[in-house]
Amino acid sequence: MPLLTTQTGRFRDSYVADSRINDTGSKKTVVLGGLILLFLVVPMVADDYQLGVLNLIGIAAVGALGLNILVGFTGQISLGHAAFAAVGAYTAANLSLRLGLPALIAIPAAGLMAGAVSLLFGVAALRVKGLYLAIATLAAQYSIEWVLNHWSFATGGYQATLLMPPFAIGPWDSATTVGKYFLIMGILALGVLYAENLFRSRTGRALVAVRDQYLAAEGVGINVFHYKLRAFFISSVYAGIAGALYGYNVGIVTTEFFPLVLSIQFLAMIIIGGLGSIPGSILGAAFVTLIPIVLRDGLPTIGISFSSDIEVYLVQVLFGLTILLFLVLESGGLYRLFNNVRDYFRMWPFSY
Amino acid sequence: MTLFLQLLVNGVLIGILYALLALGFVLIAKGSGVINFAQGELVLLGGYLVAVLLGASGENVFVALGGAMAVMVIVGVVIERGVLRPLVNEPLLSLVMATIAIGTVIRGVVPLIWGTSTRSVTTVFPTGTLEFGGIRVQQPVLWAAAFALLFIGAFAMFFMRSRMGLAMQAVSDDRIASQSLGVDTRRINAIAWGTSGVTAAFTGYVWGSVLGVDPLLGMIGILVFPVVILGGIDSIAGALVGGVAVGIVEGMAGGYLDPIVGGGFSLVAPLLLLLIVLMVRPYGLFGRREIERV
Repeated sequence: MPLLTTQTGRFRDSYVADSRINDTGSKKTVVLGGLILLFLVVPMVADDYQLGVLNLIGIAAVGALGLNILVGFTGQISLGHAAFAAVGAYTAANLSLRLGLPALIAIPAAGLMAGAVSLLFGVAALRVKGLYLAIATLAAQYSIEWVLNHWSFATGGYQATLLMPPFAIGPWDSATTVGKYFLIMGILALGVLYAENLFRSRTGRALVAVRDQYLAAEGVGINVFHYKLRAFFISSVYAGIAGALYGYNVGIVTTEFFPLVLSIQFLAMIIIGGLGSIPGSILGAAFVTLIPIVLRDGLPTIGISFSSDIEVYLVQVLFGLTILLFLVLESGGLYRLFNNVRDYFRMWPFSY
Repeated sequence: MTLFLQLLVNGVLIGILYALLALGFVLIAKGSGVINFAQGELVLLGGYLVAVLLGASGENVFVALGGAMAVMVIVGVVIERGVLRPLVNEPLLSLVMATIAIGTVIRGVVPLIWGTSTRSVTTVFPTGTLEFGGIRVQQPVLWAAAFALLFIGAFAMFFMRSRMGLAMQAVSDDRIASQSLGVDTRRINAIAWGTSGVTAAFTGYVWGSVLGVDPLLGMIGILVFPVVILGGIDSIAGALVGGVAVGIVEGMAGGYLDPIVGGGFSLVAPLLLLLIVLMVRPYGLFGRREIERV
């Protein structure tokens, strides 16, 4: 197969071909090129500030990707993902602070812990349909926040902060921005790979079936409750890992990092990026993360600046309006927009 | 025993105010089938409008309340026209996110226009404390609860007796059937949001005169959910019963459990109640049993 080919339509004649992860030679090239860019070129050319921004985007993308598995692919709403991220952050902080475990153990453990806690609420909430899950996860958000603020054994008490110790593996040190960059992007790449593969598997297809027609799904032998719970667990594992990464990135953990607003931001990322789209989750995470950064650091360079208290509220207004714009005008999100533009150039000069 | 009675009375009075808050939510759920996550923010906006108009009109309550209600009707109709009408037949997630986004915008716009300092709303009710056999009742709260009850009763009558109220019920029950019977469903949806705006202005005034108006007022919106889940999402009587129950649970948790578990449990207790109700009786005490279990 040639190195770069243009796909003009879907020409697959077997299920095997349809479920291949790299469906054309050019996609393989693009993926390989993207990985080289991400792990070799960017760390060499970007400065610490730019890497710091990319780190924030990467962390948000891990959380958004997980939430998209639940919301975009399974059709269940969660307003409690910030709380599950908080569980992950505190788990990682406690494991590395008290037990001195390395981050490579603490981070997966953080994910599993967040998943386990989410099951407590999921068992109650997933038996009822969509709307009630949204409300139950809202209750989860507040209950977990309260527990974290009052359970001083694990968290140090009301709005206490825990320090996250940095760690080093050989020459690679998590205290530096580059070190964090490799940690975050490595985990993001693994997360994308897992999600891509999940939706090529029986489990992934079952989740999509639950979203599209849960009665039909039940009819063909899918245990709807079981698979909803599984999606809830997987997506909370992502949230917990994102929370742990956030802790390592900032260096401290406090409940103030994980308010309800963060849960809403995760949802905004996948709506803006594209529901049920893995690249869309990353695009949306970048978009939502960049709104306040552009307002704070970008606009002053062209001579527009706001005082910091106005800026906070301005971000909020912009953020709400962006969600509304995408909901009303382009519910497929940025990824659909991207595809439309790409298709235009692919087909050019013909209209189809 | 005195403590218990005191907490009970406080809980009932505050609970009636919660029911008032939930009334606006129920109106939208009944009249347009949308679950409004921005109810607290609408009340926040209503409260600020009343406070600002009170200052501008020389403390004339009727002018301020009337003006705020008029503006809130417009806000409600604009929300329905601009956001929710284009989203008819979209999945639930879009509707939920749309109302959350509206709430986010309001929470940003209010401090941008009016700042963040607390505004007091001068109460027209007599101040001071009444005492019955050791139980103290603050007069403004008592009067606020009484007027809230009147307001809720008026809306219940509106739903049961008026042609428009019945049409709203019909639309929430079955959109297509009511369309075929000649109900203009889009007009009814707009009216639902408009009337909810009226209740938001009144709620903002009542809560504002008890708590004062500042950006945190929107936070009470979270308590709408325990109230309506307990009472049933589309029942006005349910909102009243649910509100009183949540008020009592919150008061008792604050009085008896907070000292044991460390403060702040009074907010979590209603939410735990919500989770229990979801497991046992998800359609609430008075809601329709249309919820599907899987």
